[in-house]
Amino acid sequence: MSDITLTIDGRTVHAAPGSTILEAARGAGIRIPTLCWHEDLGTPSACRVCVVEIAGMRTLQPACSYPASQGIVVRTNSPIVREARRMAVELILAHHPDDCLSCARNLRCELQQLASDLGIREIRFERVKRGLPRDESSPSIVRDPDKCINCRRCVEACEKIQGVAALSVINRGFDAVVMPAYEDGLMDAVCVMCGQCTLACPTGAIIERDDTARVWEALSDPDRHVVVQTAPAIRASLGEELGLPAGSIVTGKMAAALRRLGFDRVFDTDFAADVTIMEEGHELLQRLGSGGTLPLITSCSPGWIKFIEHFYPELLPHVSTCKSPQQMFGALAKTYYAERAGIDPAKMFVVSIMPCTAKKFEVQRPEMRASGRQDVDVALTTRELGRMLREAGIDLDDSPEEDFDAPLGISTGAAAIFGATGGVMEAALRTVYEVVTGRELPPESLEFHDVRGLQGVKETTVTLNGNCVNVAVAHGLANARRVLDRIRSGQAPWQFVEIMCCPGGCVGGGGQPIGTVMNTRAERAGALYAADRDMELRSSHKNPAVATLYEEYLERPLSKRSHELLHTHYTPRR
Amino acid sequence: MTAVPGAACQCDSDFLSQVERIASMYRGKPEDLVLALHDVQALRNYLPREALRVVARVLDVPESRVYGVATFYSMFSTKPRGRHIIRICESAPCHVMGAKEVIDSLLDQLGVEMGGTTADCLFTVEATSCLGVCGVAPALMIDDEVYGNLVPGDLFEILERYK
Amino acid sequence: MEFYRSHVLVCGGSPCVAAGCRAVRVEIERLVREQGLDREVRVVETGCLGPCDQGPIVVVYPEGTVYHRVNMGAAREIVAEHLVKGRPVTRLQYAGELPSVSTADDKRTDYFQIQKRIVLENVGLIDPESIEEYIARDGYLALGTALTNLRPADVIETVKRSGLRGRGGAAFPSGAKLEFTARTESDQKYIICNADEGEPGTFKDRLILEGDPHKVIEGMIIMGYAVGATHGYIYIRGEYYISIERIERAIRQARWLGLLGANLFGSGFNFDIEVKKGAGAYVCGEETALIESIEGKRGIPRRKPPYPGTSGLWGKPTVVNNVETIANIPPIILNGADWYRGFGTSTSPGTKVFTLTGNVNNRGLIEVPMGITLREVIYGIGGGIPDGRSFKMAQTGGTAGGCLAEAHLDMPMDYESMQSAGSALGSGALLIIDDSHCIVDVACSLLHFFAHESCGQCTPCREGTTRLVQIFDKLRQFRATQADLDLAMELATVMLRSSLCALGQSVVVPLGTIMQHFEGEIQAHLHGKCSVGLCHGACDCAEGRPAENV
Ligand SMILES: Cc1cc2nc3c(=O)[nH]c(=O)nc-3n(C[C@H](O)[C@H](O)[C@H](O)COP(=O)(O)O)c2cc1C
Ligand code: SF4
Ligand code: SF4
Ligand code: SF4
Ligand code: FES
Repeated sequence: MSDITLTIDGRTVHAAPGSTILEAARGAGIRIPTLCWHEDLGTPSACRVCVVEIAGMRTLQPACSYPASQGIVVRTNSPIVREARRMAVELILAHHPDDCLSCARNLRCELQQLASDLGIREIRFERVKRGLPRDESSPSIVRDPDKCINCRRCVEACEKIQGVAALSVINRGFDAVVMPAYEDGLMDAVCVMCGQCTLACPTGAIIERDDTARVWEALSDPDRHVVVQTAPAIRASLGEELGLPAGSIVTGKMAAALRRLGFDRVFDTDFAADVTIMEEGHELLQRLGSGGTLPLITSCSPGWIKFIEHFYPELLPHVSTCKSPQQMFGALAKTYYAERAGIDPAKMFVVSIMPCTAKKFEVQRPEMRASGRQDVDVALTTRELGRMLREAGIDLDDSPEEDFDAPLGISTGAAAIFGATGGVMEAALRTVYEVVTGRELPPESLEFHDVRGLQGVKETTVTLNGNCVNVAVAHGLANARRVLDRIRSGQAPWQFVEIMCCPGGCVGGGGQPIGTVMNTRAERAGALYAADRDMELRSSHKNPAVATLYEEYLERPLSKRSHELLHTHYTPRR
Repeated sequence: MTAVPGAACQCDSDFLSQVERIASMYRGKPEDLVLALHDVQALRNYLPREALRVVARVLDVPESRVYGVATFYSMFSTKPRGRHIIRICESAPCHVMGAKEVIDSLLDQLGVEMGGTTADCLFTVEATSCLGVCGVAPALMIDDEVYGNLVPGDLFEILERYK
Repeated sequence: MEFYRSHVLVCGGSPCVAAGCRAVRVEIERLVREQGLDREVRVVETGCLGPCDQGPIVVVYPEGTVYHRVNMGAAREIVAEHLVKGRPVTRLQYAGELPSVSTADDKRTDYFQIQKRIVLENVGLIDPESIEEYIARDGYLALGTALTNLRPADVIETVKRSGLRGRGGAAFPSGAKLEFTARTESDQKYIICNADEGEPGTFKDRLILEGDPHKVIEGMIIMGYAVGATHGYIYIRGEYYISIERIERAIRQARWLGLLGANLFGSGFNFDIEVKKGAGAYVCGEETALIESIEGKRGIPRRKPPYPGTSGLWGKPTVVNNVETIANIPPIILNGADWYRGFGTSTSPGTKVFTLTGNVNNRGLIEVPMGITLREVIYGIGGGIPDGRSFKMAQTGGTAGGCLAEAHLDMPMDYESMQSAGSALGSGALLIIDDSHCIVDVACSLLHFFAHESCGQCTPCREGTTRLVQIFDKLRQFRATQADLDLAMELATVMLRSSLCALGQSVVVPLGTIMQHFEGEIQAHLHGKCSVGLCHGACDCAEGRPAENV
């Protein structure tokens, strides 16, 4: 393979054909500042912060897209480059509010970092604010268009990664700004609340709604019994939010830290994930056996649910009626757990720690009141929990390793991998295989590697008692579209499909630490698979607490009571 | 801005079925969005959100994109406008030929600000970039008619023709 | 064809329409019928005749009598006297002469002989709504020659040798552009005619399309043949109602006669053309923004590379050319590269269509060989500055062009000389401004245009254009300081270097030339003085007071 040779800042640099100047420079350890560029998204090359000088060219070129061509001589730090770069940042700052200190992205803002790196000390233009209202219509996402710098990263994430296109640039010139259609609030747009835009945004223009105040209030109320559940993916990302390397697993420290925050019980969504597998696995078997609508599609991901309600409502019969683990947990906490523990459910306050902004929308859905009241009171994201721990001065690294509380804290490895794309499928296959064949999967066959990894759509076939079951896994809603279009056309060979709203699954959720990119998603997924491997029990149906639940309370999967508490229905939104 | 796009629209079903019929000529052709918006706008001189919604559905273009396009091009308006649209050029060739006096006089006679609509909803005045008739600068267009070599004194008679 | 004793040409170019020619034509037609002359006299609406500020223009053949500013009364008089009695109405006659009109006794003044019509050869002479009249003047002959006698490579070679350069502003060699796209392998290629014409002061493309639409169609087909494209688009700005109507009619006529469609001239070559309308965005004249707009999106420029020649419309190789560039192709193919090189200068061959606007006596459309001086245009063809005023500046090439002062009047107008003066021929707009105008006011108007038309995509232009307006507004109100002016120049220079497209890049051209050639006048504004007396401190408030501290 013929490498390209070019000169950057006087050094000879080699680059693979097709790479950009930015990539070539990074490969050689030369850092060129960027703003609109994002490593997982196509770049519009619009901010002009990354411009470089190329010998013989009349104008500067954006390193983020300009091809590293054979023999070119590039300067990344000449006087005219510095002048242009600083001017771009100065112009942006002059059209940006001056409230960094009270901004949700303070210290985590790329614009702030850039201004700091470049040492911008003076803004010579008149300070102007757009003066547009904040959009607080959505329970999940808050937009502050005054802080938008027109990088279009959110537009790209929403349209290309998620296939939703809730956002577009509107107007032109100085008035150009990103907005939903008709300048409506996000609640009135086709937004699925996934929060991928919050990960894409370099500034505080799109953030998660902060619900920490409500949790602080509940924690400080002595009459409240406050329980918390943590989603599978949190143990693989909370450490990162608090400064540990990507892929650190902090399960035990997290449980301890939550206790120190004052939660009365520290439970685990993983328990509910095991319950989900019991219910969904049996739903699959029932549909396979009785000629029900196939393929069955998983329903754990509320962004995905809102997506299909908006865009493919005619395919809703394919979706499993199972609630998401978060909601199964909430329903069981305020019924089963409350009864067993003798607590008045009216005095209970259920908090969930989720990698996901769409969970905030889900807790408010009218269907999610199986206990007679809102089953989950507040869903916090990884970022919000990080904020609470920092505010409380709890150092995760210094925390001891503790266990979750029983019974809703007991889980298996199958539940842990729910947090990665393909994980629900793998967990389901482990259980379905053993239920159908009556045989135990040997340890070496427990892992279904075909459904792991970051490929957009993954497919495999498993044999159950001589019958082939074809399955598919998609993550990121643009990939979901590919799968759904095939189902709609009647050409789909699958019986069971897993769809997760966010790229990488929950490890890549919209509530995860700022800076989440494909590489960190892969690290976190790796950590979950490692956690699974370390567990003694690796299949949901082997969870003793789940067995007790069915014995004492639900009878069996798909029972009447299961249906009341753990299953739901959907609302076409077109 | 206080005006909500489409707020003043009486989008009766008759209007929406006209929109539907026009949009259907471009069904499945997202690339003809600009043409479709031209045709739809001709019905009411602006693009109410209900109409944009129909166009988005029929052409299979996300509504956010339709709105983005509708707000990009200066000939489109998402806010209600008068029966006749006066586009008056304020580019340099008209400017040096005295466009400012003509503009001031026009706004004065109609009692509106630039971008505004007269109380009787007859005229909306919009500033535009060069109309390409600079040989007869200063110039304005009312709907698809061009008027050139203007002096403030011409305006009264021209406006009368539309009353 | 029937034989008519007289032909009455009524100019139907948009400027004349703006002056009311349609009603005049209808009236003449009515009177001619009333007088029972309709078998002897034919009334034709033509394309632009040139002196647009004199409209409505009416020409009576065979005498070649030119009437100007014809109103209804004049129309009645012309019919009664000239057509019925054969006595031209001297009182209504145009003192100047029209380049496009050949008179019975041709005694043109020198200035009009300066004009040379290649692109405009038919404009004003034929009925643009009649394909027969175009064909009668050798129309579609170049296409026939190309399709039956020339290989695509020969066509490209001829265009290359002619030295034709793009007339849309960037002056890119047209032959090289064709060659590049011809060499790119693809299952589909496109020809796009750029008729967005948003450059203020420019209206040549409109008048070409309105006056001789078939020439543009013919040029596009030839280009399609040269590069192997079977589909063409004409992108016209949405405000050009008449152009759209005429070109659509012309396309229908050409299809009807088999000049568009399948198997043209039995050569096996297919080509068809579609019209796409803009909706009011100057930036859509930029070729990649134009492509985005044709694809139904916001018209924001794409980053380059890749260039349209490799990846344009729908990602396919695409040639984008200006209307005037395309209209040069048929004459070049018909008459050969050497013939074309016989006009203009060696590095800028051929003619250029200019639109003369602003403070000159004769405003309108002219076509002259490259290399003519500004003085010849302004004081010759343009008839000088009216109202006893004197020349202050000329902006060449539109709002994105440079502002030249008195000292440049004798510079030849070709690509190289213009560039050396910090300006450009650009689109061919020539805006003449007299000494009653304040340079700061002019600068504000120009900057306002850029701010209004910036697509808003890239930081330097989106933010910078509005910042420049702010700074010059301050200057107009005597509130600016030297530091503001320095910041403005620094900003404009950064915009040149790092804007994404030529819109933002070119703001420095007018601004820099103004700052350079009119420095004294600008400086005076720092001290609260406007030599023309147009600008004044805004008010008594502290902010409005002239800046003292310079
Ligand atoms: C902001 C901007 C506006 C432009 N407007 C036009 C236009 O209206 N017409 C045109 O032919 N070219 C225009 N151009 C130039 C085109 O990008 C392109 O260079 C031209 O169409 C190529 O044709 P040519 O080679 O025949 O000149 C514009 C360029 C810019 C940057
Ligand atoms: S939350 Fe998701 S769907 Fe909503 S705007 Fe952001 S990326 Fe788009
Ligand atoms: S909201 Fe954020 S991501 Fe979207 S364009 Fe604005 S700054 Fe960029
Ligand atoms: S230079 Fe201006 S018009 Fe061109 S891409 Fe940038 S913002 Fe848009
Ligand atoms: S990072 Fe390259 S232009 Fe924005």
